[in-house]
Amino acid sequence: MKVVLKNLTKRFPSRDKNHPEDVIAVNNFDFTIEDGKLVGLLGPSGCGKSTTLNLISGLEKPTAGQIFFGEDDVTKLPPENRGIGLVFQNYALYPHLTVRQNILFPLQNLKGKDKMSKPDMEKAALEAAKLVQIDSLMARKPSELSGGQQQRVAIARALVKMPRVLLLDEPLSNLDARLRLQTREEIRRIQKETGITTIFVTHDQEEAMSICDELVVMKDGVIHQIGAPQSVYDDPKNLFVAMFLGTPQINVFDGVVKAGKLYIGEEAVLDVEGVRDGSVSVGIRPEGFKHDENGAFTLKLERIEVMGRDISVIAHHDKCRQADIRAIISSESNIDLGKGTVSFNLNPRKVFVFDDRTDERLF
Amino acid sequence: MESTVKSNLKAWLYLLPALLFLGAFMVYPLIDVFIYSFEEGYNSASQTSFGTGIYNYSYVLHDPYFLQALKNTLILVAITVPVSTILSLLISLGLNRISKLKELFQTIYFLPYVTNTLAVGLVFMILFKKTAYTDGMINFLITAFGGKSVDFIEGPYWAKMMVLCIYTVWIVMPFKVLVLTSSLASVNPIYYSAARVDGTSNTRIFFRITLPMISPMIFYLVITGFIGAFKAYSDAVALFGTNLNVAEMNTIVGYVYDMLYGDSGGYPSYASAAAIILFSIVLTITVINLLVRNRGVVKG
Amino acid sequence: MDTAHEYEKIEKSAKIKKVIGDSITYILLALWGFIVLFPFYWMVLTSFKSYASYNGEYIPKFYVSNPTFQNYVSAFTTVSLGRYLLNTALFTVITTVVMLIVTTFAAYAFARLQFKGKNIVFVLFLALMMIPNELVVITNFVTITNLDMRNSFPGLILPSVASVFYIYLLKENFEAIPDNLYYAAKVDGTSDFKYLFKVMVPIARPTIVTIVILKVIECWNSYVWPRLITDDPRFYLVSNGIQEIRENGFGRENIPAMMAAVVVISLPLIVLFLVFRRTVMSGVSRGGTKG
Repeated sequence: MKVVLKNLTKRFPSRDKNHPEDVIAVNNFDFTIEDGKLVGLLGPSGCGKSTTLNLISGLEKPTAGQIFFGEDDVTKLPPENRGIGLVFQNYALYPHLTVRQNILFPLQNLKGKDKMSKPDMEKAALEAAKLVQIDSLMARKPSELSGGQQQRVAIARALVKMPRVLLLDEPLSNLDARLRLQTREEIRRIQKETGITTIFVTHDQEEAMSICDELVVMKDGVIHQIGAPQSVYDDPKNLFVAMFLGTPQINVFDGVVKAGKLYIGEEAVLDVEGVRDGSVSVGIRPEGFKHDENGAFTLKLERIEVMGRDISVIAHHDKCRQADIRAIISSESNIDLGKGTVSFNLNPRKVFVFDDRTDERLF
Repeated sequence: MESTVKSNLKAWLYLLPALLFLGAFMVYPLIDVFIYSFEEGYNSASQTSFGTGIYNYSYVLHDPYFLQALKNTLILVAITVPVSTILSLLISLGLNRISKLKELFQTIYFLPYVTNTLAVGLVFMILFKKTAYTDGMINFLITAFGGKSVDFIEGPYWAKMMVLCIYTVWIVMPFKVLVLTSSLASVNPIYYSAARVDGTSNTRIFFRITLPMISPMIFYLVITGFIGAFKAYSDAVALFGTNLNVAEMNTIVGYVYDMLYGDSGGYPSYASAAAIILFSIVLTITVINLLVRNRGVVKG
Repeated sequence: MDTAHEYEKIEKSAKIKKVIGDSITYILLALWGFIVLFPFYWMVLTSFKSYASYNGEYIPKFYVSNPTFQNYVSAFTTVSLGRYLLNTALFTVITTVVMLIVTTFAAYAFARLQFKGKNIVFVLFLALMMIPNELVVITNFVTITNLDMRNSFPGLILPSVASVFYIYLLKENFEAIPDNLYYAAKVDGTSDFKYLFKVMVPIARPTIVTIVILKVIECWNSYVWPRLITDDPRFYLVSNGIQEIRENGFGRENIPAMMAAVVVISLPLIVLFLVFRRTVMSGVSRGGTKG
């Protein structure tokens, strides 16, 4: 099922007496999610991603704009008529019902022509349970399950009605690190197997990058960039997107462009043809540094951390906006620790130049 | 070593006032009430008794006044506990649905809790009472709708019982509404969102989600409701005056006090026996309640 | 488009359902509000009617044409309502203060001090919580009578002081205060007594306020014990006073004057409640049933 958001806007009345103007949680969203894709809504907390999810689910009504499922305008439709499955952040499993009863619950609500016979319901519930591999736990209560198992039950309950769209709200945030890795693979597998268009919300860029077909990066109710994870990473549209994606974080410097050359401090570090002269913000990915004793860019060396295949170089520079600069280089590089400085050449594909006022990408 | 002795001493010193009060006015009386109840023919004036035995219990259980009081109390319990529980549940559900005026309603609903039972009982009395001058407010309403007026205070038994039940419910509602409203509000709204997404009907949400989730509180209210209704007394005094035996409106607790003091008083042994009978009934019902509840939980 | 039309219908019927549901909810809630308030309205209304006009109304009037304060004057002059109020206020204040002191010390001992037999004493305490007042009143009546304390304030107050439940409530609250504070105070050489009143009591203030409110309500409305222990009107509390007024009051059945007395008796707690609304309500929901 294709999902289309058209000029979608949601305002909330302000609770702050000093700022009585409305809070715009979602500002004029316009995007299309193709059928069968897994899409991540990514952004820091308070960016409007959960509100967007609630608008798609119908739990909240938009102030303006439209939502289409395929060709149907569902904007005014109550959630139960939209054919969606929703997995809540803390799962919302009914604590007094068993796993089986929890999964059966949505089916028992069906009325009229959709009404199912008891054996059919049981069959559907078992299928859903098998899909998420909890069919051996059917008689347990949620309190007797681990976090990961509860998560699977919640997904089974959302899937059992064969929804047109599956929505997941921070599906991994309540799991520990190891389970998180495992469960995100699991979500990917289930989504591939069922082919259901899936939208999930997360603040964890690594999580989003690893499983999404497409990323929607948001901040303050505004979409900053939409695209495949790798292309967003390699080609960020602005400083926020560049800084939000990638671990370790991108290094940001104050720079100046003069006659097609990018200067950081006194050094001309890169050719940037076609960029207007003036001061700019420069983002350099940690992997964008190439160690070279005669390199164009010299940093004050702090220390190195050996990480097996790679070396992490921690350094300082007066023009860097962060306290530490982090460069990841091959472990074969020989760095003279006694010298106190270290020099690099830069990989132009890993260096981004932004307007220092609008933060828009210039190069 | 000395310091432990000292700290022990200090702790007991802190406890001493409480121990004195509780010992004198709770522990000793508790033991004493059992002794009284088995002392036959105890006379509080001469402080003598004939001997020990279960005569006091047998006397109380054959006393028509006690049987009347028992009957009244049982009817009161059987009517007011379910009525007040269901009514308070409905009101709390209503309160939880709205946001405008909610605090105003909550404040109004709580008022009977802070009123003097005896004082406001008088208002109920004059509302229901029929006198030479007037049939009273309620009878005015009844006749306005084409009914026949009844003296609710000095008239037929059922009418008196009805007023007693109405007043009791009016008095116990604030606590139940307060507790149930906060219990309903504490159900995580995410369950309702989940149910809505699944297209659950309101009835089904109520019986399958809301009710199970607040069932511990409902059980608590039913148990305390039973205990409270079994101990009813001052509401009856407020409506019918202190001479409850004559009004046929006595309760078990009223019987205990009448045996102790007043025109028919001076028999602490009978009073003790009646109090222990009351306590046994309340204890039995509480235990049954708890058993039913535990079964319910296991069955899920 | 057809589906769009259908969706609009679904949306519309959902909206209508909500409006109807909301209206019914408000109507029923208002109805219950009316039932709760009506007796209050009636008592205030009646208290302003003159004796003659009240008895002249065969069909009761919902308004008062010539409001009079005479009933309030009679309530204070013909019967000793002032004395009853004073007695009750005195009884309430002394009982609450003594209860608070006893409770605070006991709760502190259970929560903070280590001593032999603490657990067993505490279990016995909890067991006492199940004992209904009705069971112990009998012996207390005999005790107070034998001590010749009927018709006296000590007789009224002493058995009303002890409360296991309040000790339990405060002990739980004291225990929630981190141990570190206690050790820090010990290191600084603070005595237990000083620690209790300088640290614990201020921190546990909300609970103490709760206890005070519950006890004040209980005292102001207490009827059974005062009735047993006093037969001299000079020691009546308001509950007994109102009963006395009802039975032998104004020489004749003067209902408007009786209602004036009821208003005066009810007012202090209602005002207290309206001022401390939140505290009272949260206290009661933590503190259990009436009486």
